[in-house]
Amino acid sequence: MGAWFSENGLLIGLALLDGLANAALIFMVAVGLNLVFGVLRIVNVAHGSLFAIGAYAAASLGLFLASLGLPPALGFAALVVAAALVGGILGPLIERLLLRRIYDQEQVLQLLVTFALFMILEDVQKLVWGVQPILQDAPMKLLGTVEVPFGEDTIPFTAYQLFLLPGVAVATLVGLAWFLRRTLTGRVIVAVTTDKEAAMAMGIDAAKVTLLTFTCGAALAALGGALASPTTSLVPGIGAQTIVLSFAVVATAGLGQIEGAAISALMIGLGRSIAVYLAPEFEVVVPYLIMVAVLLVRPQGLFGVPETRRV
Amino acid sequence: MTLAVSRRAAMLGAAATSGSLLFAGGQAGAQQKPAELRVGITTFLSGPASVFGVPARQAADLLFEEINKAGGIAGIPVRAFYVDEGPGTDHLVGEYRRLVQNEGVHIVFASISSGSCLACTPLSDEMKKTTLLWDCGTQRIFEEGPHPFAFRTQGYGTPEVLAPLLYLLKHKPDFRSIAVINQDYAWGRDSWELWKAGMDALKPGVRVLAELFPRFNSTDFSTEITRLLALRPDVILSTSWGGELVTLIRQASERKLFDRSLFVLPVAEASLQQLGKAMPQGHVIGARGDHWNNHPKPKDPARFKRFVDTYRAKYNEYPIYPCHHMAQAIAAMQAGIARAVAAKSGGWPNDQELANAFRGLTFDSPTSEITLREDGQGLEDQIVGLSSFTDRFAFAVPKDMVIFPAAMVSTPVGQKSVPWLKSLKTDVLDRMPAPIAG
Amino acid sequence: MSTTVTAPARRVAPIGEALLALLGIAAVILAAWAVPWLKFVLTVALAKGIAVLGILLLLRAGQVSFGHSMFLAIGAYTVAFLAPALPEALLLLPLGAAIAGLFGLVIGLFVVRYRDIFFGMLNLALSMVLYSLLEKLYDLTKGTDGIRVSGLRFAGMTPDLPTQEWVTFGLALGLALLFGLLVRAYLGSPMGQALAGIKTRETRLEFMGVSARRVLLSAYVMSAAMGGIAGTLVAMTSRHVTPQLAYWTSSGELVFIAILGGAGSALGPFLGATAFELVRVYAAAAVADAWQMILGAVLLLVILFAPGGLWGILAGRLGRRR
Repeated sequence: MGAWFSENGLLIGLALLDGLANAALIFMVAVGLNLVFGVLRIVNVAHGSLFAIGAYAAASLGLFLASLGLPPALGFAALVVAAALVGGILGPLIERLLLRRIYDQEQVLQLLVTFALFMILEDVQKLVWGVQPILQDAPMKLLGTVEVPFGEDTIPFTAYQLFLLPGVAVATLVGLAWFLRRTLTGRVIVAVTTDKEAAMAMGIDAAKVTLLTFTCGAALAALGGALASPTTSLVPGIGAQTIVLSFAVVATAGLGQIEGAAISALMIGLGRSIAVYLAPEFEVVVPYLIMVAVLLVRPQGLFGVPETRRV
Repeated sequence: MTLAVSRRAAMLGAAATSGSLLFAGGQAGAQQKPAELRVGITTFLSGPASVFGVPARQAADLLFEEINKAGGIAGIPVRAFYVDEGPGTDHLVGEYRRLVQNEGVHIVFASISSGSCLACTPLSDEMKKTTLLWDCGTQRIFEEGPHPFAFRTQGYGTPEVLAPLLYLLKHKPDFRSIAVINQDYAWGRDSWELWKAGMDALKPGVRVLAELFPRFNSTDFSTEITRLLALRPDVILSTSWGGELVTLIRQASERKLFDRSLFVLPVAEASLQQLGKAMPQGHVIGARGDHWNNHPKPKDPARFKRFVDTYRAKYNEYPIYPCHHMAQAIAAMQAGIARAVAAKSGGWPNDQELANAFRGLTFDSPTSEITLREDGQGLEDQIVGLSSFTDRFAFAVPKDMVIFPAAMVSTPVGQKSVPWLKSLKTDVLDRMPAPIAG
Repeated sequence: MSTTVTAPARRVAPIGEALLALLGIAAVILAAWAVPWLKFVLTVALAKGIAVLGILLLLRAGQVSFGHSMFLAIGAYTVAFLAPALPEALLLLPLGAAIAGLFGLVIGLFVVRYRDIFFGMLNLALSMVLYSLLEKLYDLTKGTDGIRVSGLRFAGMTPDLPTQEWVTFGLALGLALLFGLLVRAYLGSPMGQALAGIKTRETRLEFMGVSARRVLLSAYVMSAAMGGIAGTLVAMTSRHVTPQLAYWTSSGELVFIAILGGAGSALGPFLGATAFELVRVYAAAAVADAWQMILGAVLLLVILFAPGGLWGILAGRLGRRR
């Protein structure tokens, strides 16, 4: 055991660094999904599509700015602007035109509406951006690499993945927590999450709150995609993968839980990275195994509150 | 009510899709010259592999348009019926049946994915429909049993792996360790098995430091790259393609992995335009064939240039290897039909006669000449070289190119690839042609 | 909460339902005879219809499994793994059902403790575990390329291809009828009533001394076995099995079919599956690169404007006429 650890301990340390960036991206998507669920009580299958569209939009905008000969540092602005645009346009459109019609429907119909939307948006992405991989890694390149000591050797990591992604994730977490607890709008959202009927009885405009929340959630998914875009090539199908992973994070965390999403994203991100070292065959299964294990012990998720059953 | 609904749907659909006769399948035996040549083409139009499938369809559209302008094939116009491989094999086998039984296609071009080919080829046996395997690479097709109606109009896994291996052994004979990072599906697994069999025969004792098979369609290889950085193998092999290869190269070059290890990338060609200047120089790259844009001595330079130029003019990008493979399948079809029609002195062949015409057929590609062997396998030359930049292209092309004659790197008829590779002797290296600067 | 999905808004007399079923059977046979390749599509549709019947049972309890295609995959892989040693289709069918049922029992013991979103998500997670394993254990499963099924025998005989297609089609049709009747009877029985009780007033059910978990478990195992049967039929029809069968989007399609067809009758799943497969193949043929969008749009229209599904439309018409 001791010998094994001295040989692999360092490697696992490296795996943790990789897992952090991974966890940060999953968190960004999952937290939006969870926020939306908390208020709308809808699991939005199309959330993954918003991630993908955010990524595509950010890359297109970045490439467009670059083609104008503007300084590459503007690439960072492109990430945020693209996410805001996607969230700000698609979010209200989807909520107003589609979701609003089905709030009083059964859960299965709500789920399927978002599934249908997912199918439509998958093809929309192909029609708009084509099928060839798109890449725009200027923001990642701009930050350069950091040499992390590894025994006698050093291992280069990109500063983007080592610092920026986890940094943005932490900022999002702190910002969201502050917004929900300390601002009036945030408290209203929490009130609707906790007890919609009571909140409405107290005169809260539920329609406004749902619109706002869904837009925020959409923007978070798009931001997750935008942040991921410099590290990966964008191809058809990235949305479908992202959404199942965020489902696992959300269910592990407990529905509606913001901090919980951070912790379970961390567990799942680190778990996957460690699996690449120890048992690469099982890397893809790890998120689901974590989720199943957690739900076995805590049926409402790590931080979920048991719902009272209807009598 | 139900009756009306489904029947109406069926008829509407049949009418809408093709205007074809309901009983088109029944006419298969008739030898009258058809009004149009119907070609069924399965290709990826959705999902990640559509990065190959869509350019290939564009190439087909372009060539069919040209052919029809010039009077069609054997005097009749060509009409293509495209089928998406994206929804999966169970969908595809249904679509293959539809193409044959409902659309009444005369010939099928099957598949990018090896899985699709393995599913479609037995259907070609059952339905006796000539099927050109236009892009898939699995060596299992013709090595695990005969398929009298199937022909592969390009190379396949064994030459596409052996050629880069031989190139590496010549270019860097002293490498002592290797790691592999391949996509986790048949091509990724099989290509590594082929490589290992050949490597162990030609250079025993190379240490394999890591065998990484990240899941198919992965979007992030950071963890794998960290591991490879820490392991410092002399050589890293990856037969990955498409968006995954682009991501892998970008992430790895950003983190200086290309400075630590020599990469061997047998399927790099299709991704080089995307990568542009981001592709590091001096690494071994392949093209699943010989159709590099800077081919040192194409057989028909004018035809090669015309194809590339018209494709570029229409789609604003260079054709990639699936486009060339599509063009090869079309060239093979033209040659095969011409031969079949000639054999009947102008008459139209039935399914069996059409298939017979393809056996042993030799046809010209713009770059070379391809012969379909007696087992159905095509012999396509392979060009491997080192990534480099020239003034002509905004993306990497090979230099120090070696043209491997197909027969030299292909498993002989009747043998299986892995045992054949294991039996290789180092004298094969001496027979290797000299590199051309390019 | 409206109850459009799981309880029919308008009752159709049993005679009417039987007549419709007979008409439907005649229609599929006629279509399969008239358009040979449709036989293949319809066999798959009937098979999927059987799986969707299983989803219908769970829907009656208000639960949606977003991972149900894992049982379909289990049935299909049962055929793929066993066919070389045991090529007898008539044995593989019950075996596929039994193995899927067994998995259903083990998984069911765990998931019936959960409700609503958690029930759906757990099923999703477990199906993704299966999908990942099928994809990853390459030496066993040939990964994403899948396994080809060949050399099947029927009652000891190896019929030629057209006959074999008719036999599989006939098997699917017969089994569809059998399971349709079975589910119909089950839903009408006290067990079926208790199932509906889980959806509306679960706690009250427990007051009456009925174990909700046990009721749900028995439905779950049944639905898993039906998924298994469907999977074996799909494997025998397409004769090629890939992990894609277990991917979450395939499960989504099954739920899609359930809603498209309408959950008010055991006929719904077959209406839905036939419509789904036909729309899919014709959409794919007409616009090969936008068929998903067309399916998605159809689904949206159905949910927004005909939440009772195709069956709801039919039942509405029939009811009005009377």
